[in-house]
Amino acid sequence: MSDLVNLTIDDVAVSVPKGTMLIEAAKQAGVLVPHYCYHPSLPSPAVCRMCLVEVEKAPKLLPACVTAAAEGQVVNVHSPQAEKARESVLEFLLINHPLDCPICDQAGECELQDYVFQEGRAGTRYSDYAKRYNPVEDFGPDVLYVPNRCILCTRCVRFMEDVAKTPVLNVSERGDRAYIGIDPGQRLEHPWSGNVVDLCPVGSLISKDFLHKARAWDLDKTASICPGCTQGCNMMIDTRDGAVVRLRPRANLEVNRHFMCDVGRSDYRWMNRGDRAEVPLVRDGQRLVPTDWDAAAERLAALVQSAGRVVVLASGRASLESLGWVRRLLEGRQVTAAIKVPLGDEAPLAGVPDLALRKERVPNLDGARLAGYDASWADAIGRLDGASLVVLLDVELMDAELDRAARAEALVALTTLDDERLKGATLLLPVTSMVEEHGTYVNRSLRVQRYVQAKAAPGMARAAWWIAAEAWALGEPGRSAPDTAAAAFARLSETIPTLGGMTYGDLGLTGRVADAAARSAAR
Amino acid sequence: MGFPHPSHPKETVLLSKHFGEPGARSFAGWTERGGYQALKKALGMTPEAIIEELKASGLRGRGGAGFPTGLKWSFMPKGDGKPHYLCCNADESEPGTFKDREIMRWTPHALIEGCAIACHAIGAEVCYIYIRGEFTDPLQVMEQAVAEAYGNGALGGNAFGSGKRIEIVLFRGAGAYICGEETALMNSLEGKRGNPRIKPPFPAAAGVFGMPTTINNVETLAAVPHIINRGAVWYKALCLGNPKSTGTKLFSVCGHVLKPGNYEVTLGFPMKELIYDLAGGMRPGRTLKAVIPGGSSVPIMNRAEAESALCDYEGIVEQGSMLGSAGFIVMDDSADIVYEVYRLAKFYAHESCAQCTQCREGTAWTTKILERILKGQGKPEDLDLLLELSDQMTGKTICVLSDSCAAPIVSGIKKFRSEFDAYLSRAKAPALASA
Repeated sequence: MSDLVNLTIDDVAVSVPKGTMLIEAAKQAGVLVPHYCYHPSLPSPAVCRMCLVEVEKAPKLLPACVTAAAEGQVVNVHSPQAEKARESVLEFLLINHPLDCPICDQAGECELQDYVFQEGRAGTRYSDYAKRYNPVEDFGPDVLYVPNRCILCTRCVRFMEDVAKTPVLNVSERGDRAYIGIDPGQRLEHPWSGNVVDLCPVGSLISKDFLHKARAWDLDKTASICPGCTQGCNMMIDTRDGAVVRLRPRANLEVNRHFMCDVGRSDYRWMNRGDRAEVPLVRDGQRLVPTDWDAAAERLAALVQSAGRVVVLASGRASLESLGWVRRLLEGRQVTAAIKVPLGDEAPLAGVPDLALRKERVPNLDGARLAGYDASWADAIGRLDGASLVVLLDVELMDAELDRAARAEALVALTTLDDERLKGATLLLPVTSMVEEHGTYVNRSLRVQRYVQAKAAPGMARAAWWIAAEAWALGEPGRSAPDTAAAAFARLSETIPTLGGMTYGDLGLTGRVADAAARSAAR
Repeated sequence: MGFPHPSHPKETVLLSKHFGEPGARSFAGWTERGGYQALKKALGMTPEAIIEELKASGLRGRGGAGFPTGLKWSFMPKGDGKPHYLCCNADESEPGTFKDREIMRWTPHALIEGCAIACHAIGAEVCYIYIRGEFTDPLQVMEQAVAEAYGNGALGGNAFGSGKRIEIVLFRGAGAYICGEETALMNSLEGKRGNPRIKPPFPAAAGVFGMPTTINNVETLAAVPHIINRGAVWYKALCLGNPKSTGTKLFSVCGHVLKPGNYEVTLGFPMKELIYDLAGGMRPGRTLKAVIPGGSSVPIMNRAEAESALCDYEGIVEQGSMLGSAGFIVMDDSADIVYEVYRLAKFYAHESCAQCTQCREGTAWTTKILERILKGQGKPEDLDLLLELSDQMTGKTICVLSDSCAAPIVSGIKKFRSEFDAYLSRAKAPALASA
């Protein structure tokens, strides 16, 4: 255990690996050392001086962000001296701060607000002077800079320099005239530059898209996974009154650290679409007539019973549960299954290994492979001619592809959208989007990650796995369908060796790599 | 010192012996005056022997901190396979300090020789001399001297045939005060914004370009050849009673004295004699009021403290201040301490690099409070506020710029409180017009 050091922080004894900084060691003691410039995914400049703590035997207060824990250290985060120093830093930060919280997007999730309420002075002693003023700057497609709110923590500068490796931001001027500058002729156009908005501890760097959309306290936050590509960045979905208004990265040191690309964060408007399929429709001659789920499941089971060759065309955004149960429903048939994978340019975040906006713009490419969607899209389209049953799982087809699919004896469309073009289907079943259901995606490193339902499903829409499982249960007497996403996952996991029997409980909210699980199960 | 005033008998001229002699600037002229003997001797010594000699001499850094030079050199890693660098801090931007400028103007080869010896001692092949941007004249003299040193084989791939590569690169700063702070200087040298770095790592571990670096002041390096030539024992004997402060030191004396200039005396010399005898004392009818002895970044001394202080590292601390760069700002009874303190605070507010919160905001805020006091708009609570802000600006930041702003404020209020009170009570007319 020689690589551990033992110390005491605010009377709590902790053991941390050698080299751990006091600010991280304090977290283990359950103590949050207030800070601004420190960020676990950025180099520490120790400039805000907010994290000064008292270390016994040290002649002066030490910055917890760059002071390594040492054996036998006694650290006091809440000594009178340390608290006085923090109160003073907060006072210095506020003298030129406009205190425009009522019109500031950051209010309610502002670290300046939080710490001032916690440890700051109630009144100002700077009343005689005008505050420093600089006009708002347009930094990039989605980023505004409000210099008057800036506390010069330089997180944004360091992100662009050390993480994005595109150093377009800088500290300009000196002393109390300093502000964040952008290099002449440059814009914050890097595909990951939106992270500076999240990193900004105050309301200085703000998103134009989110501007004045909501107060922080109006938002409900749900842990989710970005459906934008095979990277599988962990994200938080912010909804206001059932509408998604913002996507933000959620920390996962193994996948995306604290970051998320601009493509991922900006692609949420589809989550709020109103043109949704809401009622199961079943073909009755020339008409599609509304029905209930029992009848719809029976009809689906019957279509599967009588099917010969089957083609499944699925969206890569479908959950592992839905892909897996649709596939299980079709067991024993001759099945060709594929997912559609739109492609785009790869956009790496240079300073973080293995983090990029990936070419394959679907979140569940590897989940689909595990679930048996092993045909190429072209092959699957080729197999449409003469198929007896075609199942569409919320996939968008080109007109020509849809025409060929419609020539099958039966066409089952599980769909989120109320799409006129699908009105030729035998069965049209409304399903939930990933925002409206619990589910899992498997990212490019075989990391199985859960996402959580963030808003209510429209009308009668149900998760595709539930519909498929209900129909599957009708296929043979004695079968019972899972009734929760957790059960749906657990039962798939038992039969897919790579998953090795893992459960939602194993995954937590930061996921687990499937191979490792398989190895541990084998052991 | 010899320039512009003739040497005073009480001076001990070592570094300043050839000040005012244009002939000493050339390689030939310097050699005639005994120059480069020390470098030739040092090149025949082992680095360890040189460092031991320096340690034994008691030489301490002349830039302000007074760290033992030999000890600093000994911190350089041995056999690490990395390039080592020597940095010479010639940024001399401390208010009231103008000694390094004269060394470079008159005896450029003394500095070059000291740099070359230090390079050999610390295993560096390259020395950067970071010269203050405003030093146009010293830069020209140094450029000429370095070119001559190369031309005469003292520098280059095979210094004086020793097989050692010793290069000197002159780098001109852009005029920021903070670039005289050693780590800000290194950032500036690397082409970055001149922001001080967090220590650790210390320069000996990771300095210029991340490599082991020793950084010394001009005056420190210029003293080295004398120690090599005449030995540590001789140098250590240059001492007036305090064995911790040895050798000679240039004191830049400016302000209200009749003969401002650089004076070289043995450390431990009485400040009273320095001011009254060497620097000519006060103007007729004036009396001494205060001295800021270390450049501007140290506490102000009142008359009693100044007149009883001994000019060495410990002696000035005993009298409530610090030796610093030994640039004496002398003030007679015509000086307005409140205004002087304000003027200094304004300087620091202008020069703050803006990294640390206390410094960025505190230097500007204290300046504004002092300004309002001088405008006759001060409030009764202002002095307590200044003291509290100064306390929070002391010992809390990456470098000591913030502390340097606080030191004159705190000492000014503590030692000359009545002058502040005179403005606060409106007994004294405002010194600044209100806007």
